[in-house]
Amino acid sequence: MIHEFDAVIVGAGGAGLYAALEASKTAKTAVISKLYPTRSHTGAAQGGIGAALGNVDEDNPEWHAFDTIKGGDYLVDQQAAKILAEEAVQAVYDLENRGLPFSRTPEGRIDQRRFGGHTRNFGEAPVHRSCYAADRTGNMILQTLYQQCIKNQVHFFDEFQVLELLLDGTRVTGVVVFELAGGEVHVFKAKAVLFATGGFGRMFRITSNAHANTGDGPAVVMRAGIPLEDMEFFQFHPTGIKGMGILITEGVRGEGGILLNSGGERFMQRYAPTLLDLAPRDMVSRAIMTEIQAGRGVRGDRKIDDYVMLDAGHLGREVVESKIPDIADFCKTYLAIDPAEQPMPVQPTAHYAMGGIPTDTDGRVVTADTLYEGLYAAGECACVSVHGANRLGTNSLVDLVVFGRRAGRHIAEYVTGADMPSVPADAGEAVRLRIAELKSRRGEHPGPVYEKMQSTMMENVGVYRDEERMSTGVADIQALREAFKSVRVQDKESRFNTEVLAILELENLLDLSLITAASALNRTESRGAHSRVDYAERDDHQWLKHTLAAIERGAVTITYKPVDTSIWEPKPRTY
Amino acid sequence: MKVTLAVQRRNSEAGPDPYEQRFEVGVEPTDRVLDALMEVYRNQDGTLSFRKSCAHGVCGSDAMLINDEERLACKTLIQDVTEQDGDVITLAPLKHMPVQRDLMVDQGRFFEKFRAAKPFLITDQEPSEREFIQSREERKLFDDATKCINCSACYSACPVLDENPEFLGPAAIVAAARFVFDSRDKGLEPRLDVLDTPNGVWPCENHFACTRVCPRDIKITKLINLTKREIKKYREARGETAAEAK
Ligand SMILES: Cc1cc2nc3c(=O)[nH]c(=O)nc-3n(C[C@H](O)[C@H](O)[C@H](O)COP(=O)(O)OP(=O)(O)OC[C@H]3O[C@@H](n4cnc5c(N)ncnc54)[C@H](O)[C@@H]3O)c2cc1C
Ligand code: SF4
Ligand code: FES
Repeated sequence: MIHEFDAVIVGAGGAGLYAALEASKTAKTAVISKLYPTRSHTGAAQGGIGAALGNVDEDNPEWHAFDTIKGGDYLVDQQAAKILAEEAVQAVYDLENRGLPFSRTPEGRIDQRRFGGHTRNFGEAPVHRSCYAADRTGNMILQTLYQQCIKNQVHFFDEFQVLELLLDGTRVTGVVVFELAGGEVHVFKAKAVLFATGGFGRMFRITSNAHANTGDGPAVVMRAGIPLEDMEFFQFHPTGIKGMGILITEGVRGEGGILLNSGGERFMQRYAPTLLDLAPRDMVSRAIMTEIQAGRGVRGDRKIDDYVMLDAGHLGREVVESKIPDIADFCKTYLAIDPAEQPMPVQPTAHYAMGGIPTDTDGRVVTADTLYEGLYAAGECACVSVHGANRLGTNSLVDLVVFGRRAGRHIAEYVTGADMPSVPADAGEAVRLRIAELKSRRGEHPGPVYEKMQSTMMENVGVYRDEERMSTGVADIQALREAFKSVRVQDKESRFNTEVLAILELENLLDLSLITAASALNRTESRGAHSRVDYAERDDHQWLKHTLAAIERGAVTITYKPVDTSIWEPKPRTY
Repeated sequence: MKVTLAVQRRNSEAGPDPYEQRFEVGVEPTDRVLDALMEVYRNQDGTLSFRKSCAHGVCGSDAMLINDEERLACKTLIQDVTEQDGDVITLAPLKHMPVQRDLMVDQGRFFEKFRAAKPFLITDQEPSEREFIQSREERKLFDDATKCINCSACYSACPVLDENPEFLGPAAIVAAARFVFDSRDKGLEPRLDVLDTPNGVWPCENHFACTRVCPRDIKITKLINLTKREIKKYREARGETAAEAK
């Protein structure tokens, strides 16, 4: 079946929904989502959305922009960070005015809490900048935006999964989509296509990410010939529930929680004397791994799956129940502990992709020298780049609303002046053949490839890296991409065939794992979340540049793109 | 330990009738039921159909009947539903919605009712400052209702829906209450046409089944009763009678 829309938005998380609300003001818009919209992983975001409202402490957007750039270890494009911080303020008011139930200050204003790396006056002390709704901020953003979409009668295609991007040269013409219910392959012709497909933490064994976070957008875009930016920078959040990876928000530390090693020592005093437990995530994750390697983890066996303790007992039951109720619920369900009484066992968990589809500040996809007409990306799958080498907490939700909105607005304008492209007569055929081929294969279940990918990425491309491990990682993933050729789809049905999609998702993860590992191996310095034991220092002379990487004929090719440092000169990063 | 998942399956290939299939899985007592399902799906039988995403109880994808009770597979640990090695865990699709395949149900009607409740802010006030000012007490009045993840567990458990499939159902009333009790919203009035009707709030008979199964611990029955009371108050103030009494 062929559909025709001015704009197609792929993804219904915070970024996709915001873009859809804006685009649909002028453009005939379809939102295509593999999940029912409110199941998107934006709904899992807990701690808050950063904006310099100054409701609790004095604050201003300039400080927010600076913290973002320093937090990103100067790989951030600085004008983009300035836009992020400035537009965050109005974005938060807009969400509130549309019904978002923020927690309130005693005066009835939007309440704010402290978060890692967010400071007053260029690093003096932590500032209350994160606007929050208990520990359900993302869920409330997702609900509020979806509610607005219902109100404005936005057109949704739920449980439709995009498998291919159609380009004519450098101009977008549409997407090829698989419909779960009927198993039919659809072609959506469009003047503009925006990818907002979220993250891909599922390439790692321990992750805070949903099963659906398989990086479909970046993989599909890359296969159409567009390289991905800064894929070596993957954030490990310091506090995932031991063994499961379920996130314990940084908000716990924002409210006063502290990290302890096996000796009961508040070890962050040694690593970040000013910000302590509220240092940026890359630093706290490294501090935890260093403690573990020194035998000061709780088990003390120095293995990478050892853990430390996060203590919130001194905050009191009142604070735990009103400010972090969901965390208390997770602890009860999964650990059978009460965080108002007992400390939580935590370890770093793969959390956020700083890299992704390269865009400008209007969400348009651009590489070093090519602009792809009509093609946009926003949210976690995009790389603007406002997060550089390490994202600060609360800055992703801001990214979604600020750049989701900007991309939506740009689309609304762009489509009024563009003609409807045409797609080749056989569009969709390649996907149909591919699915038929997968179903006809004899072969193995996908489980072993999935598990091996996740464990090799965790062990070899994790918090601390070196040449030997990353080379092993690259070789392992290449071998798994070979092994993938004998993975088959057992399910021959056409209705509700989830397995076809799961196997194509695995292929996406394998490709992105390869690019991540190869980009990491290529960057011979340490910066933000990319921390090498064999190149321990940041090297601005050689490496103050963005990586652009793609798979060509089975191998990863790498080029570069300059970083915008037009506001603040890069400095050593201490807290 | 080993457990057996006894899954009620149904797909067009095997005909329209449900049948049971058993899978033996090696698990830890602290694994989630969803982990056991994933193990089967990835290593034993890729045709087993179910929804899932977040894996920690916040997206609402994987509500099902686990040992005959509505629960999220990702929020139920093996040890919550077994006593010893070799125990059987039964898994079946939710009730009151057509089965699509295996554990997947068609939530179409459920979401239609949700949308009918006008689950979005309706207001003609302008915020007095850049944000609406709302006290902590006002915010608290609708906090519980914001927690819903549309998992449909309550909709499956509700005994009223056995008899009356047209009943609006617990989750849609929660969605309405979310705004009815929000000081920024016009509240009840724009939603009366959905709530104050014979199939609106009134069929609820206080069985509390919804409240018992809600994985978000929302006091659903209480919210339904508060909404009923609000409607009566509204009608009484205008000398009208509520639909219940008509
Ligand atoms: C547990 C957790 C807590 C977090 N807490 C915070 C926080 O407090 N503050 C903060 O700023 N950030 C937080 N983050 C990060 C932030 O939540 C995410 O980065 C952000 O929500 C991603 O939003 P998105 O719109 O880009 O993607 P998502 O919300 O993940 O949505 C992706 C959408 O794309 C669709 N999709 C994917 N692939 C396809 C395809 N092939 N075809 C069609 N549709 C597709 C999905 O259905 C979905 O609708 C947190 C992240 C996690 C995991
Ligand atoms: S009210 Fe509870 S049980 Fe019902 S849909 Fe919402 S979260 Fe699920
Ligand atoms: S998978 Fe999201 S609620 Fe269970």
